[in-house]
Amino acid sequence: MLYREAGQFKTSYAADQAIFPLAQDRIGMAIILAVAFIAIPAVANEYWLQTIMIPFLILSLAALGLNVLTGYAGQLSLGTGGFMAVGAFAAYKFATAFPEMNIIVVFLISGLISAAVGIVFGVPSLRIKGFYLAVATLAAQFFLLWLLVKYPWFYNYDPSGVISAPPIDIFGFAIDTAVSKYMLTLIIVSVLALATKNLVRSHIGRGWMAIRDMDIAAEIIGFRPLTTKLSAFAVSSFLVGVAGAMYAFLYLGSVEAAAFDITTSFNILFMVIVGGLGSVLGSFIGAAFILTLPIFLDNFPRMLGFEISVETVTHLQFMIFGALIIFFLIVEPHGLARLWTITKEKLRAWPFPY
Amino acid sequence: MREFNETLLSVENISLSFGAVKALTNISFEIKKGEVLAIIGPNGAGKTSMLNVINGFYHPQEGVITFRGEKRRQMKPYDAARQGIARTFQNVALFKGMSTLDNIMTGRNLKMKSNILSAAFYLGPAKREEIEHRAVVEEIIDFLEIQAIRKTPVGRLPYGLQKRVELGRALAAEPDLLLLDEPMAGMNLEEKQDMSRFILDVNDQFGTTIALIEHDMGVVMDISDRVVVLDYGRKLADGTPDEVKNNQEVIEAYLGVGH
Repeated sequence: MLYREAGQFKTSYAADQAIFPLAQDRIGMAIILAVAFIAIPAVANEYWLQTIMIPFLILSLAALGLNVLTGYAGQLSLGTGGFMAVGAFAAYKFATAFPEMNIIVVFLISGLISAAVGIVFGVPSLRIKGFYLAVATLAAQFFLLWLLVKYPWFYNYDPSGVISAPPIDIFGFAIDTAVSKYMLTLIIVSVLALATKNLVRSHIGRGWMAIRDMDIAAEIIGFRPLTTKLSAFAVSSFLVGVAGAMYAFLYLGSVEAAAFDITTSFNILFMVIVGGLGSVLGSFIGAAFILTLPIFLDNFPRMLGFEISVETVTHLQFMIFGALIIFFLIVEPHGLARLWTITKEKLRAWPFPY
Repeated sequence: MREFNETLLSVENISLSFGAVKALTNISFEIKKGEVLAIIGPNGAGKTSMLNVINGFYHPQEGVITFRGEKRRQMKPYDAARQGIARTFQNVALFKGMSTLDNIMTGRNLKMKSNILSAAFYLGPAKREEIEHRAVVEEIIDFLEIQAIRKTPVGRLPYGLQKRVELGRALAAEPDLLLLDEPMAGMNLEEKQDMSRFILDVNDQFGTTIALIEHDMGVVMDISDRVVVLDYGRKLADGTPDEVKNNQEVIEAYLGVGH
């Protein structure tokens, strides 16, 4: 009833190939965007914006980047943290070397540098697959962090090894409040999410999925494994690099290389797996789940009025968090995004059985 | 009886071995432009290996392949695709996570040129290109009568339909030479009839040259212009269905030697 396509006739391929061919989806998306762009900045306080919404959006972008590589192109990667670090340090170098450069340009260049590094570390994927590739990307993670710590040039010879984002402004408009940072993050993430969605629907995205699903057949119908795989690495690292730059500039403000360690890579991988491999929506759901659940579990006992020590809460949080991940993976191995798809299919007929 | 004169592809003295195992020994035959050629033989005769050699998947140790009058060097499968050779597989090799429509669209990839940036923002040229190719793919979907499943993920389709989608994907490349590896394996009679009809229609309407491997002798004898028989990696016979049917060596390969 609620989600019927009945009566919505498409008269052109352009209409049929729209991102949201159904009116219900368009309305839903409009509501989400309205909430994100209007309601949240108006209502949310600084704590909400700074500790939940901004990291959520940035990590969603990183998860989206990994999803391009792992979910769409089928190349398992554990190097996400390393590429985020490359993005962050590249942004820092450019922002300090050229203070007058527009911050969006800085972010884009950082993304491009991260993409170039990603291509280099993607070369092994031409020979190895699966777990072996994961180990090779793990090397990227450790090597990149080591490099960024080893050479002081990367953090402008700061004795503490910390990079601090300089004050940023866009066209004379200072980005210093939580709201302005949130808005900038939201705009960048929205544009890049839209671009990624378009990309995965295009012939380039079909090439990635073809390589993922059946690499021999993909090659026989004319996809070159070299360009297909490396373009996935490039796009993925670009998104992850921009996310890293934003993580340093718009979320933490000052950051050291160790902030992008292997834990970050695993967390983002969990977001992609829990949210849904091969789904743009899933990247966002996964990020929301992995990021907000610990915060919720932290505060939940206190909301109920239990007096528990901080250590117990931390232990409980780990246990419940782990259990929930396992639970969701058993209920829906294809991630939370698939649950949403199934819900939509059910809503077509609801309240009738079929 | 149709007559074909122009040679599209010829293989000469092809030998292929994997270590000590000889998959193909000294095989020569020609595929004429516009014909339907069947390659038959008992299991393990080297039929699929032969197709793999033709589309660049295996590299024979000896022999020459000439395609459209040009001698071919060692090439990769995607080069073969570029030159106009498409194929289907014995075990369906579709992209399981994608819909029928997207699977067939992948067949158009060599003709799609829009770059990563215009694709990302779905700008004019990228959008136009996508719609242009969609129109071609829709024609193929009509041709193969699979309109009802165009948005269905291929993993959910029954086997017979998957085979048909795979044929569609190969056709989308508008190949000059279409290699079909057991297009009717595991099908019931009606599905076989449908598939035979599609193969003949492809040959007739698009003028596509077809080389197919098939075990169903009824089908082979009905739809092919010429038959090549392989056994233990050697060529036993080559001729019209009637000639092959009465060839003593072929009868012995299939039925055993009379005592």
